[in-house]
Amino acid sequence: MHELSIAISIVELAEQEAERRGVQIDAVHLKLGALSGVVKDALLSCYEMACENTPLQGSRLAVEEVPVVIFCRRCWAQRPLSSVQLFCCPECGTPSSEIVQGKELEVVALEIQECAPNPV
Amino acid sequence: MRPEPRLIEVRKNVLKQNDVVARSLRDRFRYAGVFVVSLVSSPGSGKTAFLEKTLTFLRPNYRVAALVGDLATENDASRLARSEAPVKQITTGTLCHLEAAMVQSALDGWDLNQLDFLFIENVGNLVCPSSYDLGEDLRLVLMSVTEGEDKPLKYPTIFNSADVTVVTKVDLAVAVEFSWETAYNNILAVRPGMPVFKLSAKTGEGMEEYLRFLAARLIESRQAAAV
Repeated sequence: MHELSIAISIVELAEQEAERRGVQIDAVHLKLGALSGVVKDALLSCYEMACENTPLQGSRLAVEEVPVVIFCRRCWAQRPLSSVQLFCCPECGTPSSEIVQGKELEVVALEIQECAPNPV
Repeated sequence: MRPEPRLIEVRKNVLKQNDVVARSLRDRFRYAGVFVVSLVSSPGSGKTAFLEKTLTFLRPNYRVAALVGDLATENDASRLARSEAPVKQITTGTLCHLEAAMVQSALDGWDLNQLDFLFIENVGNLVCPSSYDLGEDLRLVLMSVTEGEDKPLKYPTIFNSADVTVVTKVDLAVAVEFSWETAYNNILAVRPGMPVFKLSAKTGEGMEEYLRFLAARLIESRQAAAV
């Protein structure tokens, strides 16, 4: 179970950004590759724990799951895999270990609340 | 006025800190000319026995050393010390994997120029270590015949992140009705083209071929560094 230490890293990273920009965070948007080695559900519950007693308490973790995409040398094209148990082109069946995406573990955006200035 | 949600782009790798340390370790290893192999497997697959044999066989011809990660005990380091190679234990406490910074501090005071091979034995775990780069040249995943042929399908992420698979305890293959062909196909399904060795650390069967492979990789890596 390394999701807790990953969740803590996410919270720390978001906290630094929030402080730097002087904003309050509602949600952290994360890209999570199928080959990242991180389990989404475990990460979500760890995130809540990691947020406790930080400025991010009550914020959401919005996870975008990224499928594995390989490059097929026979088709000379990028192909998404339907399973991480078979690294073969879904079109022609040629094996490939050239991974184009699917290892992401990346904070891509922060959702912040911005109050429009009050009308005088 | 109602507050409006707004998105600000960040784009930051969560494991950046680890990756930065791993990169600096990799540079240091290359500069020193030491070839670094990390070992991952589930608990009980025979990592320590395999590493002990590896160190013992390499020691007459190469300068070898090892770092071993363990949750709580120093048993592995004591076992490996029998090979008479320098061995250092990294006790991770409750942490289920090694991180680059732990390798870095364990190497404090070591003269890497005096080494040909450095082995890093990760904590027995097929899940967590896959996310952490340790700066190694080669990640070796072990599976023993007693664990069954479907290990790669159950843990595709770690097998995919590895460079080599070693199937251990082949002296027990017949007793547990292990199908080499099924296992081999499963390994290649999750990582096409990966070199696979089958061996027994106990009887020594298959060790020679694997050691020749390591020696060749050391030469290749030094040639690449010299260019």
